[in-house]
Amino acid sequence: MSGSPPPVPPPEEMREIFRAMTLIRRFEERAAEEYMAGRVGGFLHLAIGEEAAIVGTVSALRPDDPLTSTYREHGQALARGTDPRAIMAELLGRATGICGGRGGSMHLMDIERSFYGGYGIVGGSVPLALGLAWAARYSGTDRVSVTMFGEGAAGQGVVSECFNMAGLWDLPIVFLILNNQYSMGTPVERAAAVEDFYPRAAAYDIESWKVDGMDVLAVRAALSEAARLARDERRPACVELLAYRYKGHSMSDPDTVRAAEEKERWKARDPLVTFERVLLGEGIIDADAIAAMQAEVDEVVDDATTFARESPEVPVSELADDVYAQPWNDDPRGSALMRP
Amino acid sequence: MSTEARDITYREAINQALREEMQRDESVFLMGEDIGHFEGAFKVTRGLLEEFGEQRVVDTPITEAGFTGLGIGAAMAGLRPVIEIMTVNFALVAMDQIVSNASKVHYMFGGQVPVPMVIRMPGGAGHQLSAQHSHSLDAVFAQVPGLKVVVPATPEDAKGLLKTAIRDDDPVIVLESEGLYGKRGPVGGEDHLIPFGHAVVRRPGRDCTIIAHSRMVWVALAAAEQLAAQGVEAEVIDPRTFRPLDLDTLAGSVRRTSRAVVVDEGWPECGIAAGVAAHLYEACFDWLDAPIGRVNSADVPMPYAKNLEQAAIPQPDDVVAAVMATLAREVPR
Ligand SMILES: Cc1ncc(C[n+]2csc(CCOP(=O)(O)OP(=O)(O)O)c2C)c(N)n1
Repeated sequence: MSGSPPPVPPPEEMREIFRAMTLIRRFEERAAEEYMAGRVGGFLHLAIGEEAAIVGTVSALRPDDPLTSTYREHGQALARGTDPRAIMAELLGRATGICGGRGGSMHLMDIERSFYGGYGIVGGSVPLALGLAWAARYSGTDRVSVTMFGEGAAGQGVVSECFNMAGLWDLPIVFLILNNQYSMGTPVERAAAVEDFYPRAAAYDIESWKVDGMDVLAVRAALSEAARLARDERRPACVELLAYRYKGHSMSDPDTVRAAEEKERWKARDPLVTFERVLLGEGIIDADAIAAMQAEVDEVVDDATTFARESPEVPVSELADDVYAQPWNDDPRGSALMRP
Repeated sequence: MSTEARDITYREAINQALREEMQRDESVFLMGEDIGHFEGAFKVTRGLLEEFGEQRVVDTPITEAGFTGLGIGAAMAGLRPVIEIMTVNFALVAMDQIVSNASKVHYMFGGQVPVPMVIRMPGGAGHQLSAQHSHSLDAVFAQVPGLKVVVPATPEDAKGLLKTAIRDDDPVIVLESEGLYGKRGPVGGEDHLIPFGHAVVRRPGRDCTIIAHSRMVWVALAAAEQLAAQGVEAEVIDPRTFRPLDLDTLAGSVRRTSRAVVVDEGWPECGIAAGVAAHLYEACFDWLDAPIGRVNSADVPMPYAKNLEQAAIPQPDDVVAAVMATLAREVPR
């Protein structure tokens, strides 16, 4: 890392960071309940334990910096400010969902907030982020494209291809490798010849380093520096965050592979608890304010859930809407090829 | 001598086929994501790592192009890899290896080296997984000369066809259905091999032939029940393999019933139903009393919302309607 370290955020922002982390945690716990009740379908991947990585990243970016993620992306949308109602409604497959019920948990997008989507195919979103970086430079803006993906995804050939193009063309992109140490049931030591991932980017002349992904301020500092490199010096960067997810890969994974004591060891470093201690220690927030904030967040999540449950289903007559941005006839549903 | 058939699941049938072929032939090994310690995303490979060890049940990084290509190379060297691609959706990452290498090496190099490998992958829609995880790409593979394409609908076929696939000297694509893993049925023992290119009549009938494969067989059978209640006897035929396709059996049935409906979970354009219907027009034109019906998934990427998804995937009612349409077009006698 070069340049001076970014300043510690002012108290107001510290409180906002804490609230965002709490909102993500509570939202995901509620999403899990809705899944268990059978109201959320498909796969549900929770990022509980990864809140510092998510909020630390988003808080270091400008709201107009394009961001892409994987299927584990509720938190990224929430941190970007997407209405929790629209996210929960998407999880419940309702017409009011942020993607109109088309995407579900794995495929949220909020283009108004430059959140360019969660994607289901491992590694597949990384070249899209490269394209967003390309477009930023092409059109002369100083936006920085950021792409979050797992250490498992880092194994895909397309990621190496992107490292090379980013290094070759000096694109304004930050590759964010969220190393939660497992790809589904496979621990990193059984999937990677070298357990550190940031040197892979370094091999393509991309400045890269590793930080503690459980520490929101450390993440924020690293991403600020990475974004500065990309924005001001027009050089790609790569940050590896070492973190942990508390739950199984998805709600359908019984999580029998990971040892109980390993989980406990990481939970002892819970990003919310650690950050709360920092805030209390520095007198930025007191116990009453924390309680009030948590109650407010609970209310937001309750409201989002009620809203989602009460929202209408998507009319089946809209099944074929939006297949094309520019349909080739007036009424694509009129085509004999399309049902119903 | 055949061991006695007993009821097991489609999942267990595949597991048995793998175990038996690995016991029989040391050159058979398995490779794929999370197939070893995790025992497979769908638990198909349960117990195999324990029995055969890490040399023969290999967990890979998430590198579909890499390990599929590795399998092709290993097959060229005389091994018999069974590559599992976790779901067919991820096969798209490996498509260059499958289409440009696996299918072509034997032909392109003048028959010098065979590629005796199996690529297993589950697919299909129905769990609200949305557009990137709900592919039925059977038509894509069925299009490629040099591949053999197997689409089992029952536990018995899953075992018998997979065993044949492992012993086959060509690259065989085995398309399993996620929706069928829990399905039970009788399955034969170690010598239970099903040859490729033999369609099977799942239900006899005289009024219309319904051709369906994989999970759609069960949708077609449900439709046939409904039709029977209305006095229409549909014959349901399962091709079981595309490449080779048993056109004789299909055409034979259509010539008897004079009507046909092809059901396919894939998309309608240039798909399985389109291809099979074209074959049948060529083989049966003079016998047909109505245009051949096609039932496909809607011509859209698969939506997430449950009601939309149900509307997009072929349902028994859709098949009933298509059969009725072939009957309604009949010239009254
Ligand atoms: C190309 C592809 N292969 C396989 C999968 C199945 N799959 C989904 S998530 C996953 C593990 C990914 O691990 P990682 O990239 O470390 O991210 P994490 O889930 O830990 O956040 C796998 C193998 C997929 N979605 N796409």
